[in-house]
Amino acid sequence: MLKVEELVVAYGGIEALKGISLEVPAGKIITLIGANGAGKSTLLRTIIGLVKPKSGRITYNDKDLTGLNSQKIVTTGITLVPEGRRVFSNLTVWENLKIGAYMRKDEAEIAKDVAWIYSMFPRLEERSWQLAGTLSGGEQQMLAVGRALMSRPRLIMMDEPSLGLAPLVIKDIFRIIQEINAKGMTILLIEQNANMALKIADWAYVLETGRITLEGTGSDLLANPEVRDAYLGKKKS
Amino acid sequence: MEFFEAFVNMSGGSFAQHMVNGISLGSLYAMIAIGYTMVYGILLMINFAHGDIVMMACYFTFFGISVFHIPWYLTFILVIITTALLGVVIERAAYRPLRDAPKNSVLISAIGASFLLENLANYLFSGRPLRFPNIEVLSQNLSLGSVQIQAISLFIPVVTIVCLMILLHIVNNTKIGMSMRAVSKDYEIARVMGINIDNVISITFAIGSALAAIGAIMWGIRYPGITPMLGVMPGLKCFIAAVIGGVGNIKGAVLGGFILGLGEIIIVAFFPQLSGYRDAFAFIVLIVILFYKPTGLLGEKTTEKV
Repeated sequence: MLKVEELVVAYGGIEALKGISLEVPAGKIITLIGANGAGKSTLLRTIIGLVKPKSGRITYNDKDLTGLNSQKIVTTGITLVPEGRRVFSNLTVWENLKIGAYMRKDEAEIAKDVAWIYSMFPRLEERSWQLAGTLSGGEQQMLAVGRALMSRPRLIMMDEPSLGLAPLVIKDIFRIIQEINAKGMTILLIEQNANMALKIADWAYVLETGRITLEGTGSDLLANPEVRDAYLGKKKS
Repeated sequence: MEFFEAFVNMSGGSFAQHMVNGISLGSLYAMIAIGYTMVYGILLMINFAHGDIVMMACYFTFFGISVFHIPWYLTFILVIITTALLGVVIERAAYRPLRDAPKNSVLISAIGASFLLENLANYLFSGRPLRFPNIEVLSQNLSLGSVQIQAISLFIPVVTIVCLMILLHIVNNTKIGMSMRAVSKDYEIARVMGINIDNVISITFAIGSALAAIGAIMWGIRYPGITPMLGVMPGLKCFIAAVIGGVGNIKGAVLGGFILGLGEIIIVAFFPQLSGYRDAFAFIVLIVILFYKPTGLLGEKTTEKV
């Protein structure tokens, strides 16, 4: 579905991504784990067109996305749940959902999707007319996910959805990710919470300072001593 | 206690007259201040050319009525449209190419656009003051009891309220208004939502400049001398109005406009010996407000998160 080949991204003279190749097959959950500064967010920002790559190719269902602007890229059915949630705090919850469907014209279907998201996140419905800035972190994360779903994407990229949330809320978020995936949406998940992310992943990549150093199924990586040592906080046994 | 003496000696009629004047000047400032605040809300830059857009709109009105003899109401519509276009063109030419440049570059470009307009006007229309066309219906005096009021003084607040209501409706209840608010908050994520932020910015400039055109027409009727530097003082004052109200906040701009307008008229009316300082009043208010509430009266505290 999504294919990244030899992607190099540089900020000024510094290369944040030094030739990354990965593949996201349709219907799967793919995770990318790595430490701070490994280039995880840069990868997602490049795929969605917020950052222009220096070289390499990004293709989506055989369509070349490299160097296109975000507005074109999102029309192909890719969306991003950004790091730090970044809901529009000056818009109401309902408006945030509506703006997720900005490119759609089918008002009746949009209303149905809002209802669907409210059924998935009842807390959001209760707060429909509140400004998004007044929500708690967990609620904002749910709103960010809901907003992304409103574009009826086929590929959802999530940038650290568990960041700064309470363990119970994190559990909820991961359950929802699996639910969304079960509905047929493909997921590219970036996480520092490697343990949870690897558990739900069909395939996972480890990113270290701009390079992919390891890949395998989620359970393989969970069992991998190097990964356990570096990302799961467990001693090699 | 000169204030009270002046106050006591003043008949109810002339007090009402001053109030009407103050409200009308305040409305005028508000119309122009909205343009500053909207552009700041979206681009986080001060559009220094905004005052000169007011000036150009005055010249457009002059040419429409006095040179081409188009009926005044048609001229007004044409002026509003051409001024909106001028705003959009300035944004395209001077600000859009610098979208990813540091904020200072855009600011300097705005000053450049301002100088360009002033000198262009000087070159095209000469520096000699032209007389803003006299529109009988609007400049006639109406007597309400003992109060003598120019029709325009009643007309300005009404137009301002109508424009403000339309504007707030657009910003709060329409899809384009929603995208404007979204772009002003986070334009990267707005892009990811599929919003064409260049279009949203163009529309913002068009609306701000159209309001400036309405302000300019009202300004011209009150103060009929048109010169290439005409936009400087109202531009500066309306910028101050936007800042004291809380830059980025439309209602704040209106509030700021009224504070300055009423304040100025009160100074002139009650402290005639201070009337030479009426322009300084705006700056004093600005300093005081910035000192006690740096974000402006209705401005929100923004915490920058990294």
